[in-house]
Amino acid sequence: MPVLEIKNLDVKFSTRFGDHEAVKNFSCSLDAGQIHGLVGESGAGKSTIGSAILGILPENAQITSGSIQLNGREISKLDNRAYHRLRGGEISMILQDPQTSLNPLLTIENHLVETILQHQNLSEEQALEQAIGYLQQVGIPEPEQRIKQYPHQFSGGMRQRVVIALAICSRPSLIIADEPTTALDVAIQKQILSLIRNLAREQEVAVLLITHDMGVIAEITNTISILHNGHNVEDGETPDVLGRPQKNYTRNLISAVPRIDRRLDRFSGLLEEPVNGSAAEISHTQTKEVARTWLLENRSASAGAKPQSLEISDLSVVFSSRPSLFEKKLEFQALNRVNLTVRAGETLGLVGESGSGKSTVAKTIVGIHQAKSGNMTFKSRNVDILRKRKRDDPTRRSVQMIFQDPYSSLNNRWKIYDIIAEPLRFYNLLDGGTPEDKIVSAMIELVGLTTESLYKYPHQFSGGQRQRIAIARALVARPEFLICDEPTSALDVTVQAIILNLIKDIQDQFNLSILFISHDLPVIRQMADDIAVMKAGEIVEYGPSEPFFTQPQHAYSQGLLADIPSLDLLGPPGGIAEDRP
Amino acid sequence: MWRKIIDGTVENEFLYYFFRSTSALVSSSLCLIILLSALFAPLISASNPYDLTTFDLLDSLTPPFWEEKGSSRFLLGTDDQGRDLLSSILYGTRLSLAIGVTSIVFAVVIGVSLGLMAGYFGGRFDAVVMRIADVQLSLPAILTALLIDGIARGLLPASEHDRLMFFVLVVAIGLSLWVNFARTARASTFVERNKEYVQAAEIMGLPKWRILLTHILPNIMSPLLVIMTIDLAIAILLEATLSFLGVGVPANQPSLGTLIRIGTEYIFSGEWWIVIFPSLMLIILIISVNMVGDFLRDVLNPKLK
Repeated sequence: MPVLEIKNLDVKFSTRFGDHEAVKNFSCSLDAGQIHGLVGESGAGKSTIGSAILGILPENAQITSGSIQLNGREISKLDNRAYHRLRGGEISMILQDPQTSLNPLLTIENHLVETILQHQNLSEEQALEQAIGYLQQVGIPEPEQRIKQYPHQFSGGMRQRVVIALAICSRPSLIIADEPTTALDVAIQKQILSLIRNLAREQEVAVLLITHDMGVIAEITNTISILHNGHNVEDGETPDVLGRPQKNYTRNLISAVPRIDRRLDRFSGLLEEPVNGSAAEISHTQTKEVARTWLLENRSASAGAKPQSLEISDLSVVFSSRPSLFEKKLEFQALNRVNLTVRAGETLGLVGESGSGKSTVAKTIVGIHQAKSGNMTFKSRNVDILRKRKRDDPTRRSVQMIFQDPYSSLNNRWKIYDIIAEPLRFYNLLDGGTPEDKIVSAMIELVGLTTESLYKYPHQFSGGQRQRIAIARALVARPEFLICDEPTSALDVTVQAIILNLIKDIQDQFNLSILFISHDLPVIRQMADDIAVMKAGEIVEYGPSEPFFTQPQHAYSQGLLADIPSLDLLGPPGGIAEDRP
Repeated sequence: MWRKIIDGTVENEFLYYFFRSTSALVSSSLCLIILLSALFAPLISASNPYDLTTFDLLDSLTPPFWEEKGSSRFLLGTDDQGRDLLSSILYGTRLSLAIGVTSIVFAVVIGVSLGLMAGYFGGRFDAVVMRIADVQLSLPAILTALLIDGIARGLLPASEHDRLMFFVLVVAIGLSLWVNFARTARASTFVERNKEYVQAAEIMGLPKWRILLTHILPNIMSPLLVIMTIDLAIAILLEATLSFLGVGVPANQPSLGTLIRIGTEYIFSGEWWIVIFPSLMLIILIISVNMVGDFLRDVLNPKLK
């Protein structure tokens, strides 16, 4: 008998704009010791299924039909009290962020013993003994001492292990893991995943793993369901579904996953993101021309050997802060003698874990931070990076930046038209030539949105569309150098592929030089010609991209590459993808 | 029925919640009625209480019209000078509202500009402004207002007192209320400052004042709007208190507070209406402004939804 069996589940949200079916006719079944993956992009309904099983749907949602059976017992119609006993007992949960899922005021012992006593009839000593046993099982060294400690004394990975110990200590038959590794670094992700897999096997627990990350899915699940808009698109054994996808949507999803082991010129076989309205074809070629002249005139065509676009040498940045007037200044060396060169029309990928100084490099280039020492030349002209940059400095315009979070990088109170036109107005780029509205419409069409979107506000757009708007804003200033700081890490994988394609297209058309910052090696591989790896403010490896991925020199880089989940299970990306020779 | 109509027709989220909330509808219509009757007081009131020639001492202490000795000329009766109480209340509300609104504007200008700068620049400027704010907070608002009022009275020539009292009150009340705005503006600016659209503006090299006014200010308006309404009630109350204590507007231009003070002298001799009606007006005004404020807070704060 399967541990969990869901049959024809429908979940409906009622809002004032009418009913919205978040989950439609979803079925799956899960045996003990198995891991089932729920994959899908944001809004696909995967978390709603998790909440429905746990009986914690929001007030305006209800299960309209279907059944959820746990060990053969129907649970979808239980009352609150009965459900309360079930949660944390027969069903337990691993949440995304171990920073917030543990109470910082309680010791690990409080957490574990409380949970064990809640579900089993034991004395406190016995419970403590059990708790220590569970900590040992999840791989925490010296559990007798560490159980007395508070959550903040544990690292992120160790904390997630504690959360897992909490999940198994009530001897559940089903664990729901909602994006259990999304908040963790790649190296720790691998350990946590293998821990979950081993526990599932040894403890005979069924695990329902909710994630958007194909790498995680490929690594540990036995079976999967692919969800899209609440529909179950495809399900089955993981290798079958990922290796020989039957449905268009699945194929599309798989082609959008950036691969660490090969570089594609473009992601192909993608379904385009639906754009509001359709752009008239005739105006399209015209506006393309406007965009082209706008971006390319007044720029010396770089013929022959590729000149250097931007070069920084010996760059050191020190942050100092004074906690109070009466205390000594604290200094923190953010960057230590960094050397980088970006050639015209090429992309330099900057990789490193969080806190390694990647963003500091970008912010020093654009002049938000001042350097302590070092030089920067842009188009063979020296730029003073030691002092505050002047407002009329030419790099202000010719270096533009695309940010990580499209939800915070656009001013919510401005119309799209004004957001894009602001650089035009501020840099005084219009000297009587093309009228402002023509250029703004040309830019919005260049990034694949219609001119109708110009009169809307940012909140009316999805993440991917917002990122397109951010790109349009960066382009309208006629930049020659773009800094992309994790431009896709807040986006779904298929949207990421579309945005990466867009950046590539624009780079090809307008010969832009790009500094591409990311923690995501597979993404960097698709984008970068050269690559620089940063660790603790220093560059540990720097060179052309392809050799780096095949034969990394530095031990740190080798480690980084080894921790990437293997995607060998996945079918070839796209139907007609051509590999780069 | 009403709900069905709204569900179908109102697109705007703010208006949707507004039309669905009974308390918001009632309180804002009360506010609107009071505001309009105060604005058009010269047109709708029977007599002008500021004009000494229009009232007669013989009419003094007439009870409301439904009482035995009442007269239909004075719907709510008259005060000790023979002024029509209803007209006095309308004019008084007009004055109270004017002082309240002007002093809130004054407090917003000072508080929000200091708060914006403190939140954006941080450092020493922030430390100094916030310490001043802390000192200000440790003094009760009424004390600050009394202090400033007293200083102004000492400095200004006696002949100018009556004419300038309005502005003295505005400064006194405004200065005791700016802290709320400064703190809220500072905290919200702190959050907005680190968002990427502000960084984008900084990279462009936009002047600081332009980033503050065109980018940050519109994004921190929601919490400020809530405090503005709630503090408006406090400002009106402060003005009434000051006038009640006799340090507010002059007696020949009665505000609600002045009327209540006059009324207390007669409360034990049976002329209850002089104190009851102005107090009732003040209570209705304060409660409805506060309810509008509460509604704004609930709708504009996504966490409370």
